[in-house]
Amino acid sequence: MIWFSALVLIPLAAVVVTAIDGGWDVFWSTITNGQTAAAIRLTVFTALGVTAVNVVMGPLIAWVLVRDRFWGKSVLEVMIDIPFALPTIVAGLVLLSLYGTDSPIGVDIANQRPAVFLAFLFVTLPFVVRMVQPVLEELDRDVEEAAASLGASRLTTFRRIILPSLTPAITAGAALSFARGVSEYGSLVLLSGNLPFKTEVTSVRILSSIENDNVAAAAAVATVLLAISLAVIVLLDLIQRRVAARG
Amino acid sequence: MADTLVRPTAEVPPVEERRRPPRVRKTPVTYLLRFIVTAYLFFLVAWPVSLVVTNTFDNGWESIRSLLEDPDMVVALQLSAYVAVWSVVINTLFGVGMSLLLVRYEFPGKRLLNALLDLPLSVSPIVVGLALVLVYGGRNGWFGPTLAGWGLDVIFSTPGIIMATTFVALPLMIRELVPVLEEIGIEQEQAAESLGANGLQRFWRITLPSIKWGITYGVVLTLARSLGEFGAVKVVSGNVLGQTRTATLAVEEKYLNFDQQGAYATAFLLAMVSVACIVIVGIIRPKNHP
Repeated sequence: MIWFSALVLIPLAAVVVTAIDGGWDVFWSTITNGQTAAAIRLTVFTALGVTAVNVVMGPLIAWVLVRDRFWGKSVLEVMIDIPFALPTIVAGLVLLSLYGTDSPIGVDIANQRPAVFLAFLFVTLPFVVRMVQPVLEELDRDVEEAAASLGASRLTTFRRIILPSLTPAITAGAALSFARGVSEYGSLVLLSGNLPFKTEVTSVRILSSIENDNVAAAAAVATVLLAISLAVIVLLDLIQRRVAARG
Repeated sequence: MADTLVRPTAEVPPVEERRRPPRVRKTPVTYLLRFIVTAYLFFLVAWPVSLVVTNTFDNGWESIRSLLEDPDMVVALQLSAYVAVWSVVINTLFGVGMSLLLVRYEFPGKRLLNALLDLPLSVSPIVVGLALVLVYGGRNGWFGPTLAGWGLDVIFSTPGIIMATTFVALPLMIRELVPVLEEIGIEQEQAAESLGANGLQRFWRITLPSIKWGITYGVVLTLARSLGEFGAVKVVSGNVLGQTRTATLAVEEKYLNFDQQGAYATAFLLAMVSVACIVIVGIIRPKNHP
């Protein structure tokens, strides 16, 4: 408990304290500063977009992994986990090698906005898949068969039977991938070029504040990120509670 | 009468046949989904990762060999390994402790603690680094000057890197152990207690063996995460060549200095370790979660 406080709670509290040290006005003017606001906007909107893609692709991938069986499936299974285990800086390099300047397929998005999107997409890939997969495995197929025997089309079965039971898992995965996207740093260093107003994300903004010895500004922006993380955690907790309450 | 008695048993299929999972209906949609998913993963993961491998071996083993002959690089790799091992040890010890605490005991604020434990996973590594600098920074942190007075520099030296790494990898072990502990319950331990086993014996003989796969899995995940930590380490380490530069920092440095071969080779080494970790986990997992 003490160890947890020393390592996690006190440092995080220090961030918030430093942020509000200068008063509300300073805090507000820091985060509404043009460059910072642009960075926060870019981060949040890109993370939202990526989360939207994940909400569609995640269940799809989980579906194929659980329901379909074909040669090479276990390879796909391993591939899902790669983005989670790969060091983020390596992830950036990896993406750069295919979508960077000397790309073999002629797609060069380095130092552009799609690069940020791509990096987020890569690092958040496992979250929705891994949340949905166990739920889908547990799902009772009899209910689906019953629905089908009562004349429901496959689409109806999916929409009315499968989707409702997956919704908590999808939401939880989406929340996690949003949080991860907002806080991503390592993979962007090489890939996005960190151009102010264009591809600079919030984490990079904080780092440059630290390097310029402007700790108060760094702390202010960090507090915004912390607030987002906390919101996500609270959301997750609520989802878990609802699922537990339902049975 | 006889045939009505016989018929039901005849209709029940043999056990083996019933146990087999229902056959998947192969429709065009099945193939379409399969194709979409494979293509998506191929472009997002498989192809980029394989390019790193081919880039590394452009000149055969040359780039790996020159990498391992570079003394600074060797130091960086050693530091990464050292930090990762420490972080695994710390997280294992405290992870087991925290998990037991969370599962076995009721105390005020338990739910809050439980929720806060996820924080390191969703907080930006840069924020983690900043937080540690604010508290343990040598010049004007909260505790930093005191610790520096005792001759213990945390930030810009190895302890800081270990702390940052431990921080970001903290929840992995606990999240792995809590479900296992919840599942095994406490009956066996109560039985052991009634037979006169003391606390240590009970832990050593009963709890530990039943969570050992959970621990193994947690260790592998923590190791992968620790080796790969970049953002938090970047803030706290100061990136001093040959002293506090870890392997992940070296990748960035090399790439920015146009030493692409070196960057790819280092990335390849790191990627190898993490892929090995996932494969190990994949092998362990089916036994653990049938």
